[in-house]
Amino acid sequence: MSRKPSTDSLDRRDFLKVVAVAAGAASLGRASVAESADATASGLTDTNVYLSRWPLRRLALDDTAALVAKLRANGVTQAWAGSFDGLLHRDIATVNARLADECRRHGGGLLVPFGSVNPRFADWEDDLRRCAEEHHMPGIRLHPGYHGYKLDDPAFAKLLRLATERGMVVQLVFVMEDRRMMHPLLQVEPPVVKPLADVVRKTPGLRLELLNSSTVLRGQPLLDLVKAGEVHVDIAMLESVGGVASLLEKVPLNRVLFGSHAPLFYFESALLKLKESPLNEEQLQAIRCNNARRLLAKKS
Amino acid sequence: MNHEIWDVHTHLAGVPGNTSEEKLERLLEYADRMGIARLCVFLGMKWNYDPSPEDMRQQNDDVLRAVKRFPNRAFGFVYLNPKQTQASLDELNRCVRDGPMVGVKLWVALHCNDPKLDPIIARAAELKAPVLQHCWDKITGNLPGESTPMDMAELAARHPKATLICAHCGGDWERGLRAIRPHPNIYADIDGGDPTAGFTEMAVRELGAERVLYGSDAGGRSFASQLAKVYGAEISDATRRLIFAGNLKHLLRPILSEKGIKL
Repeated sequence: MSRKPSTDSLDRRDFLKVVAVAAGAASLGRASVAESADATASGLTDTNVYLSRWPLRRLALDDTAALVAKLRANGVTQAWAGSFDGLLHRDIATVNARLADECRRHGGGLLVPFGSVNPRFADWEDDLRRCAEEHHMPGIRLHPGYHGYKLDDPAFAKLLRLATERGMVVQLVFVMEDRRMMHPLLQVEPPVVKPLADVVRKTPGLRLELLNSSTVLRGQPLLDLVKAGEVHVDIAMLESVGGVASLLEKVPLNRVLFGSHAPLFYFESALLKLKESPLNEEQLQAIRCNNARRLLAKKS
Repeated sequence: MNHEIWDVHTHLAGVPGNTSEEKLERLLEYADRMGIARLCVFLGMKWNYDPSPEDMRQQNDDVLRAVKRFPNRAFGFVYLNPKQTQASLDELNRCVRDGPMVGVKLWVALHCNDPKLDPIIARAAELKAPVLQHCWDKITGNLPGESTPMDMAELAARHPKATLICAHCGGDWERGLRAIRPHPNIYADIDGGDPTAGFTEMAVRELGAERVLYGSDAGGRSFASQLAKVYGAEISDATRRLIFAGNLKHLLRPILSEKGIKL
């Protein structure tokens, strides 16, 4: 089959519909990939954004107002936000208070705070309580690599149980960046996945989302984990051509969520992955917003 | 906004298909979805870090068959092993001087600052073929023969008239871009790493827009994540056009012209 240059292809029109606005707006300083894409979508929930500052580099969008503008311009209607400060700061209580305050002050409800809890800290249970009762957070975001615990740690299991009892979603971050490119003084190993399926099975009602797991968790271990309970994955670090479609050949559609890992990653990466894979409308809607909406709405 | 996009770095591996032609056809289907007009393709069906002369020929034959089927969409780069100096020179002549290939791919057989590369780089320059060298600088440790951008800087200093492309910019791009910055004959291929914000802006700021090339490293990487480095960067649209296609066209124009291909 001979092939014409892509500028003549039928897909080109659709592609431009998604991307053109981004390119044009980006030249003005803030990109907007999905202004037109949103015309056919009822919303976009980004389950993987961060506020505050990445410890090793200033980012163009590490200002909350700028990040909100970027998300809005790209059609994001809700963003689940953790805090970069939650990686290394010891005073987790103020990290979470600032996160909640930032989410209140910016975005008009677009930002949904997901607090940090470190089960290695004394009295971490009170951090969880404050997230739920004082800040009314619907979920928490955990960074075992940065906080130095393994997934077979009894405190981790207890944290999942207590969060579930409070009806909170738990996000588990596998990595923040490519291990090969980490700062020599901040080399953080991803958690060993093997114990997690058992912990999930022993935590009835747990609603778990794995963030940035794609480079660490593949094949049978991923399938085992998804079967173990209500386990979801985001697409921020999903790679290979047609990666989303390939993922859907293995993982049920209702377990795949949109996540960008902005502002550490260019937001456009996740959005363009939805274009790269040939997805039908049901699949697009599920990944863009319906799955996240359902996950957040459920209470155990 | 309509951008013409040429991808300087793709592979057949990681793409479905039983033959190299089938793989390239599938890769082009994805490229079509993303609005990518042209692909540079290298490495064949069965990769080898340290290929024998026979392996090299086999892999290059895979690519030759594929690009022959899609001559208006794909350019081949010849895969060489500098440890096999004479065989590499022979292969360079076979695939570039006498064949349709337009560039050279060097991978991880030998650090690129090794003098064994010198005759290959010199011959590539004679043929006006750009040389794309894989470069990583991993905190977790490089492969024994895996080049760094610092190695490439040494090579560039010895061959100021050669056109060199630093693939991946070392992965650790904040260090890699610094290493290649003093050498105007090194171009930055920003492919293959995570779409980390700031990469493209720093490349443009430190090297100049004319030295930055879009590449993907597909099929192992997605086109999407790598395109995002350009679409998502806070750069002018004129710069975006250079990175997406203008700069690569400029690099390839001399050899394409010699082959009778007009842009």
